[in-house]
Amino acid sequence: MSAASTALRAGSDPYHIGHGPSTGVPEYTGHGAGGPAPKRIVVGYGFWIFILSDVILFSCFFATYTVLIEARNGGPGPQQLFDLHNTAVETACLLLSSFSCGMTSLAVARHNLLWSEITLAITGLLGLTFIGLEVHEFLGLVAQGAGPTRSAFLTSFFALVGCHGVHVTAGLLWLGTMMAQFPAKGFKQTILHRYLCFSLFWHALDIIWIGIFTVVYLIGTITP
Amino acid sequence: MTLLGKLTWQAIPLHEPLPLFSGAAVVIIMVAIVAWVVIKGYLPYLWREWITSVDHKRIGVMYCILAGVMLLRGFIDAIMMRTQQVMAYNAPGFLPPSHFAQVFSAHGTIMIFFVAMPFVIGLMNVIVPLQLGVRDVAFPTLNSVSFWLTAAGALLVNLSLVVGEFDRTGWLPYPPLSELAYSPGVGVDYYCWSLQISGVGTLMTGINFVTTILKLRAPGMHYTRMPMFCWTALASNLLIVAAFPVLTATLAMLLLDRYVGFHFFTDTGGGNSMMFMNLIWAWGHPEVYILVLPAFGIYSEVVSTFSSKPLFGYRSMIYATMAICIISFMVWLHHFFTMGAGADVNAIFGIASMIIAVPTGVKIFNWLFTMYGGSVRFTTPMLWSIGFIVTFAIGGLTGVLLAVPPADFQLHNSVFLVAHFHNVIIGAVIFGVFAGYVYWFPKAFGFTLDERLGKWAFWLWLIGFWVAWGPGYVVGLEGMTRRLQHYDVAEWHPWLVVAEGGVLIILLGIIAQIAQIVVSVRTREQRRDVTGDPWDGRNLEWATASPPPPFNFAVLPDVTDQEPYWDMKARAREIGQLTRPEPEYQPIHMPRNSPTGFVTAFLAVVSGFALIWHIWWLVVLGLAGAYATFVVFAWRDHDEELIPAEEVARLDRANRAVRSAALHHRQLRREVETQREPRQ
Repeated sequence: MSAASTALRAGSDPYHIGHGPSTGVPEYTGHGAGGPAPKRIVVGYGFWIFILSDVILFSCFFATYTVLIEARNGGPGPQQLFDLHNTAVETACLLLSSFSCGMTSLAVARHNLLWSEITLAITGLLGLTFIGLEVHEFLGLVAQGAGPTRSAFLTSFFALVGCHGVHVTAGLLWLGTMMAQFPAKGFKQTILHRYLCFSLFWHALDIIWIGIFTVVYLIGTITP
Repeated sequence: MTLLGKLTWQAIPLHEPLPLFSGAAVVIIMVAIVAWVVIKGYLPYLWREWITSVDHKRIGVMYCILAGVMLLRGFIDAIMMRTQQVMAYNAPGFLPPSHFAQVFSAHGTIMIFFVAMPFVIGLMNVIVPLQLGVRDVAFPTLNSVSFWLTAAGALLVNLSLVVGEFDRTGWLPYPPLSELAYSPGVGVDYYCWSLQISGVGTLMTGINFVTTILKLRAPGMHYTRMPMFCWTALASNLLIVAAFPVLTATLAMLLLDRYVGFHFFTDTGGGNSMMFMNLIWAWGHPEVYILVLPAFGIYSEVVSTFSSKPLFGYRSMIYATMAICIISFMVWLHHFFTMGAGADVNAIFGIASMIIAVPTGVKIFNWLFTMYGGSVRFTTPMLWSIGFIVTFAIGGLTGVLLAVPPADFQLHNSVFLVAHFHNVIIGAVIFGVFAGYVYWFPKAFGFTLDERLGKWAFWLWLIGFWVAWGPGYVVGLEGMTRRLQHYDVAEWHPWLVVAEGGVLIILLGIIAQIAQIVVSVRTREQRRDVTGDPWDGRNLEWATASPPPPFNFAVLPDVTDQEPYWDMKARAREIGQLTRPEPEYQPIHMPRNSPTGFVTAFLAVVSGFALIWHIWWLVVLGLAGAYATFVVFAWRDHDEELIPAEEVARLDRANRAVRSAALHHRQLRREVETQREPRQ
């Protein structure tokens, strides 16, 4: 744009106040100003925003847990209930599943169907083990009279940990769908984008678990 | 009867004539409309072009229609409440307490979630991609799912009119009243499930628009060149992403309490009902700004266009918007100063609430200074904007009064508070969406709305609002609490009669709006917007045809200025022809239509209904169906449609021709004027 048109604009509007200088030369900032971002970026970015919203959902359950932790209603507290061995195995399963999910990403990047399926299967089995252990823990608590209806503390515990469990279960359904899609559809762009989102989701659940592990199990059993 | 859970014939209000007749009327009207559509053979067209459409413009229009229809429903509730309070001075009135409680709960729920939200989101849908100069939102099919889930929530709320009951706890279900022990009916469940379903839709809208605005913009559109409406839409959607999960979590907790005996908010078992207040308002206060920020954006567009001037203080407007966006998360406690948090906490939240008035004041002055020195055209959207500035300034002031904790202790839960929030929500949000609706109607439909009836509607709404809610401040100060089914204070009665008059004036305003649509549609040939730029607009939505082609822009525009289209027009006038030579047209890929949204919403209604009535087998069926839909959608290969280059060329050439003609027409007119009175 030339100086002439700048002058024209300034002439047609004497109150052009509070506006930045318009040099007319497009300055691509790399933040979408260079035109629409490619599909892969858009999909990944959108899914990141979803994960952030999911983290906020969890933050509500974390907040209620910390508010209600002392509301035992005469019932048992973390020290009597939590078994760190079980939690350690659960944590190991989930962290290892994240590792194998990372291996899947490498296999997918190389379009290697066999290894993609194998590592996804390992991820799924580890996830299933995690869910199995969690259900086992929940059933054990209910059996000893420490179910979610016992006290507000247990309510918030079951809700927080259960919410994570529901997410992992949904992730397993998604994982199964992905395992079916790789052989059926091949490594198409859309499938690759979908896998990108799945891996983000799976790793995010790991991060949430680290929070649960720390806030619920570690702090709950260590502090007197 | 266990097959149908809690659902029995008792749920149909056969012994209550009022809900029965109104419910029957709604059902008959709906059946009649569906029958008319089927008999006329419009169903395939509707299915192809609207129901399965993933075009952001179509989805936006459907959002606005949903909002309009629900506005009528919510307004009928309003008339019923005003009439009840006129009749119920030392008398029972015509609404029994249980029914009155459902009416005020439904009114608030509908007006916030199914009128204000869809209207705002609808306008964002139609306009934001056009203003950004792109072809669609980031996730078009998800957009369709969002809309249909919102519609599903609205349907469930209305279903409660005929099957069962709606909640009686107010528009926010405060425990312990909303707990199973005190609200054993299905009303609270209707409330929770419809909001959970529509809330998921809203959250997905938020994700969709944040991604769209941050990642999909025409080349050259820096952050500081984005139109103000896009900025406010960005702020609003960031708030949706940050706040709606809180609503989802809170309602999930209440549902767990009610369905499986958890103790989040109960009186027993160590539950803490004040935690509900904190959580719900941690969503609820940002929600206010989710609604009002896009309205501020609309006013910015309208005031600038009709003052024929750039928006004054564009950058300060951005700062003000983002400041409000952040501070809105730091004031939630002012909704319950009387909770007993102590003087220090109350003081901090009171001061934060007053601070949020500062960026809002910045905006008011920016609009005023935009008008100052401009050649203002007093069109209908401009009238709504000026009416807003006056009304909202007063509503904001009463808000600052309420933000003073000692004053709030007196005014809490009184009609003064109710008058305040109607003052800001009607005065800012509703006036704003009406301004946007009249302003952008020609863009969506290709013809303008009748100005005369539009101005009638504005004056009736403005006067009606003040006659209806001015008295609210008075009776509030006289000690009237909200939600009174009957009363015996003689001083209040005349004011409530006046308020009834106000609501009837608003009714006339709504009739004028309906007449405006009818008249405008019938005379649409005379009011065609052939150029696509009926108001001499400044941003990119006016740079394409009205209604825009499915792909919006044949070639993405190059943005070199804060007001891209104004800049283009200025340059075109300078060189005497369109700024861009005819491009080499390319075929365009557009997302293919998909019934996913409609099917998902249908399954959501089925599952929601089953959950409300404890019909567990149907819940399982609904969820399995949802998963199946997900897989089927994931399995499709062919998800894009190709618009051939010839078609693109045909549509774009037609638009270029009328624009070129308009340019030359203007050029000629200007030359004639110059000859008549030479410029100094």
